[in-house]
Amino acid sequence: MMPNDNRRLILLLFAIAAGAAGIGLMRGMLNDYLLSIFNFVGIYIILAVSLNITNGFTGLFSLGHPAFMAIGGYVTAILTLPLMRKSMFLPDLPAWLAVVELPLLPALVIGGMLAALTAMLIGLPVLRLRGHYLAVATMGFLIIVQVLITNGDRFTRGPLGLNGLPAMTTLWWVYPWVLLTIYTAWKIKFSSFGRSLLAIRENEMAAQALGINLFFSRIGALAIGAFFAGIAGGLWAHLITAITPGSFSLIMAFYIVVMVVVGGSGSITGSIAGAIIVSLLTEVFRPIEEALNVYGMGEVVMALILILILVFRPEGLFGDREPAIFSPRPNFPTGRAPNKIKGE
Amino acid sequence: MNSGYVLQQIVNGLILGSMYALVAIGFSMIYGIIRLINFAHGDIVMIGAFATLGLMQLKQVPFFVIALAVLGCGAMVGMVIERGAFRPMRGAPQVTGFIASLAVSIMIQNLGILFLTAQPRNFSFPAYMQRLIHWGPVSFRVVDAAIIVTTVLLMLMLLAIVYRTRLGVAMRATAENMDVARLMGININRAIWATFAIGSALAGIAGLMWGGKFGQIDPLLGYVPGLKAFIAAVIGGVGSISGAMLGGFLLGLAEVLFVGLLPPIYAAYRDAFVFSTLIVMLLLLPNGLLGRASEERA
Repeated sequence: MMPNDNRRLILLLFAIAAGAAGIGLMRGMLNDYLLSIFNFVGIYIILAVSLNITNGFTGLFSLGHPAFMAIGGYVTAILTLPLMRKSMFLPDLPAWLAVVELPLLPALVIGGMLAALTAMLIGLPVLRLRGHYLAVATMGFLIIVQVLITNGDRFTRGPLGLNGLPAMTTLWWVYPWVLLTIYTAWKIKFSSFGRSLLAIRENEMAAQALGINLFFSRIGALAIGAFFAGIAGGLWAHLITAITPGSFSLIMAFYIVVMVVVGGSGSITGSIAGAIIVSLLTEVFRPIEEALNVYGMGEVVMALILILILVFRPEGLFGDREPAIFSPRPNFPTGRAPNKIKGE
Repeated sequence: MNSGYVLQQIVNGLILGSMYALVAIGFSMIYGIIRLINFAHGDIVMIGAFATLGLMQLKQVPFFVIALAVLGCGAMVGMVIERGAFRPMRGAPQVTGFIASLAVSIMIQNLGILFLTAQPRNFSFPAYMQRLIHWGPVSFRVVDAAIIVTTVLLMLMLLAIVYRTRLGVAMRATAENMDVARLMGININRAIWATFAIGSALAGIAGLMWGGKFGQIDPLLGYVPGLKAFIAAVIGGVGSISGAMLGGFLLGLAEVLFVGLLPPIYAAYRDAFVFSTLIVMLLLLPNGLLGRASEERA
C-alpha cells in the first residue's frame, strides 16, 4: 500500500468518525429546525452528486432528476404507509399492495430500484438524443411523470398527495446514504467505467473507436443517477412526511442543475460544495422573503448567480477536478486539464 | 358528436394554434441563428400580457397603439436579454446557453412575482371585442377572429422582412454560417439582436392575445406557451420559420381535438399527450416536418 493510499484511508475513517460524532452531537444539541436543514442539505448532496454522474461525467444533460425522485418518493411512501392510513387514503390499491407495510430501508431500496428501472426504460429511446435535445426530452419526461402522478389517484391520491407519512428520516438515515452516494460516484469516476463515461463526454466518436459501448455506458450512467435520485425522493418524503406531485417540478430540476454547475460539472467535491451553498442560500432567503414580503427574491438572486457563473466562470468552482488532497496518487489526473471552450 | 361540434373544435384549435405559432416563430428564429433553446421566450408572453394590462388602464389610448407598444415592449425585452445574458456566452457549449435561458426564465417569473405578486389578475378587453359572432354551427368572439387575422398579418410582415430586406438577408446569412457571414462584412451582432427583437415582439403580442383569450393573467403564465411553442417548433423543424407556423397550428389543433373528441376522462392527460408527441417527434423525425437535416440531433 502506497503511503498516499494510507493517508486517504485515514482521512476517510477520520471523516466518518467525525461525521458520526457530529451527528450524535447535533441530534443532542440542535433544535428541530436546524436538524431539518442539515437533513435537507444531505438530501441535496445526494441529488447533486448523483446528477453529476449523469450530467457531469457522461455529459448527458438530463432535467429528469426530479421525476426519478418522484418515482422513488411515491414508491417508498406507499410501501411504508401504515395500513390504517393506507386503507383510508388509497382504498383502490390492488390487494397485494394494500396489505404491505415495509420498514424504511427495503422501501427505499425498492423505490430506488424502480427509479433506476424507469431510467433504463426511458433511456432506451431518449438517450439517442444529444445535447439540449436530450435536455428537452427529459424535461418532457418530467412533465409526463407529473401528469401521471396527478391523475393516478388509485396509487397516489392525485394532486392531494400523501400526507401523514411516518417521520422516519433522520440524520442517521440521510448521511449514510450521502456517504454511499459519494463513494459510488468516486469509485465510478476513478474506474474504467468512469473513464469511459468521461471519454464519451469528451468525444463520442473517439470513445466508440476505442471500443466503449456508448449505449450501455449511457444507460448505466442515467440509471445509477436515477437510483440515488429515487433514494433521495424517499428520504425527502419521510422528512417532510408528505409528498405531492407539485414538489417535483422543473424548479427543482433547475436547483439541482445549479448545484452541479456552481460546483463544477464533473467534480464530486464541486457537487457537494454546490449542494451545500445553494441549499443554505435558500434557507437564508426564506426568512428574509417572509419578513420583508419579497417572495421570489431568492430565486431571482439564485438565477443571477447562475448567469454570472456561466459568464465569468463557466467551469464552476472546481472545474471537473477534485482537490489534490483527495487524489488517489500524486499527480493522478482528477479531471481534464484547462477548460476548453468548444466553438460553434 | 356532429360535424358542427367538430368544426367548432377546429376553429378553437386554430385560435390556440395561432398563438402557439407566434411564439414558436421567435423561438425557432433564435434557435436558427445561434443554436440556442431559449427557455425564457415564453416569459416574454407574460411580459406582453402585463404590458397590455398596464396600458389598458390608461383609458384614452386606442387599441391599435397599445398593440404597437406591446410589440415594441417585447422587442426591447428580447434585446435586453440577448445583450445581458446570451451575448456574453456566445461560443460556449450549447447546453450552457440552455441553462442560462432557464435561469433567465426563472428570474423573469420571480421578478414578476416580486413586483406584481403571484395573484392572478382579470384581463378584459373592451366590450366590442367580446361580442359573439355566429357563423352557422360555429361561434367565436371578435377577439378570436382578431387573433387569427393579426397572426396571419404579422406572419406575412415577418416573411417580408426576412426574405425581402437587407436585414433579412443578414439574418439568414448569419443563421447559415456565422463565420462566413462575418467575413462578408455582415454585422452579426446586429443580425442576432434583430432576430431576438423580432421574435420577442411576436411573443409579446402573443401575450396580449393570451390575456384576451383566457381573461386572466399571472406572472407564471409564460411557462405553458413557452413549452408549447418549443414543441411546435420541433414539430415544424427547429430553425424553420414556416415550420414553426405550421407546427403551431398543428399543435393547437391536435391539442384541442385531443381534449374535445376523446372522452373527458382523458382531458387531464393533455400535457402528457403533448409531451409524448414531442418525444416521439424528436425520435422519429428529429428535423421536423419542414426542417433541414443539417446537424446532429439524434
